[in-house]
Amino acid sequence: MARMKFLCDADRCIECNACVTACKNENEVPWGINRRRVVTLNDGKPGERSVSMACMHCTDAPCAAVCPVNCFYTTADAVVLHSKDLCIGCGYCFYACPFGAPQYPRVGNFGSRGKMDKCTYCTGGPEPDNSAVQYAKYGADRLSQGKLPLCAEMCSTKSLLAGDGDIIAQIYKDRVAKRGYGSGAWGWQTAYRETIAT
Amino acid sequence: MAMVCARIRLCFAAIALLILAAVAAPLAAQQPNSVDPNGSAVQEQQLLQQFKRIQGLGTIPDTKSYTIEQPQGREWREYHQVYLPWIGTIAMLGMIVLLAIFFMVRGMVRIRSGRSGVNIVRFNAFERFVHWMTATCFILMALTGLNITFGKVALLPLIGPSAFSSWSLAAKYIHDYLSFPFTLGVILIFFMWLGGNLPDRTDFNWLAKGGGIVGKDEPPAYRFNAGQKVIYWVVVLAGTAVAVTGYLLIFPFYGTGVGGMQLAQMIHGTVAVLFVAVMIAHVYIGTIGMEGAFEAMGSGTVDLNWAKEHHSLWLEEERARVGPNQMQRQPAATPAE
Repeated sequence: MARMKFLCDADRCIECNACVTACKNENEVPWGINRRRVVTLNDGKPGERSVSMACMHCTDAPCAAVCPVNCFYTTADAVVLHSKDLCIGCGYCFYACPFGAPQYPRVGNFGSRGKMDKCTYCTGGPEPDNSAVQYAKYGADRLSQGKLPLCAEMCSTKSLLAGDGDIIAQIYKDRVAKRGYGSGAWGWQTAYRETIAT
Repeated sequence: MAMVCARIRLCFAAIALLILAAVAAPLAAQQPNSVDPNGSAVQEQQLLQQFKRIQGLGTIPDTKSYTIEQPQGREWREYHQVYLPWIGTIAMLGMIVLLAIFFMVRGMVRIRSGRSGVNIVRFNAFERFVHWMTATCFILMALTGLNITFGKVALLPLIGPSAFSSWSLAAKYIHDYLSFPFTLGVILIFFMWLGGNLPDRTDFNWLAKGGGIVGKDEPPAYRFNAGQKVIYWVVVLAGTAVAVTGYLLIFPFYGTGVGGMQLAQMIHGTVAVLFVAVMIAHVYIGTIGMEGAFEAMGSGTVDLNWAKEHHSLWLEEERARVGPNQMQRQPAATPAE
């Protein structure tokens, strides 16, 4: 099985936010929650870069480790998913996540956050693939249809790559070799404990 | 004629080109031969080393999402998954084992001169109400809090994920809502018993003699002996610490960011498990550890001989205040009329 990863080539990202919009639309993400967002570093200064960030589906995921009710599981494609039926909205995954991926329908409502929501790598949740109940809770299940996450699929500059880690790492390596520069695979060291040698 | 026009046009074009070249030449000289777009690009590792987190600007209203990386969640994870369970297990099991050994060696501390049959009021109804309100909240919050740290190891395999989640969700609400009466109880305890719990000279003597629990003579004490003062200050200080850190967690992003909440949770968890360990000892001495102690918080009265042996100076104070004839006689000891 493939080891699915995200890779954002910050040198290509033009901060168009199409990935954010695509994600919201494809998954009908609840109001106030953004499973993916684009953040610009050093905005307006020389060397400014934009990075599209969502759940990185970490190796040995911290969210899964700290969850008091063990509601997380990792699929055969190494996608980190969770069960909204088991989640108690305690917020621990949010404390542990290095990427700020877990979000809740309510933030300050007296700690009663509601069920956590995060990027599913367009893979849904524990319910049967492409069922209505799965869609209502987690959004689209594209992976089971042989499609990649929509954010990466429709990235206009192909900055955001999704797919098997080795393949997208090779694409990135070739790009860096050809153009002669690259600001690195953002978040890879933190999420996967490895970087792409370029 | 057309030929002339074309030549003039060509001349103009040539002159224009020359002027353009003359202006452009110095500009071109100022530009480097090739542009390196990565020359001053932000680097992930550099940002992480410099700021510990990577933050930028986004376009969605949720400003929290502008932080894209904060790897210190790892340290919090390490603490929550490894250190806290160990600290808690050692502190609580250690306390239970110590008390069990102590109970086997020393047994229940008896009233040496037996019961006198005369009772004296030790805690009034309000004091007992505050004590039991705080105690009930504490026990329920301790159990529901320990569930968060130990539940998935101890309880989840027994009752299954679905039942465990339902229980944990209820436990979370119990824990959150009982924080209010608990905090009120800690505040009331602080003011109610502050007068009797300020350290004084008798405490040194009491501690030196092991409180009469380890040694043989019961050293004199006022209303609260040094051991009880320790319990009082543990309740006040640890209670304040868990309340403050707990409210930071109940109201996320009011006053703290993620880093602050990680720290708050670490303090909350550590203080709480040590607090539980101390309270196990408190429950022990108030029940099976000492004869005649529970009724102080139960009925509110204690036997005169118990007071004489454990709180001699307090008894003198009370006698001076209310007079010896005001002491209550136990109904069983009252002669039938």
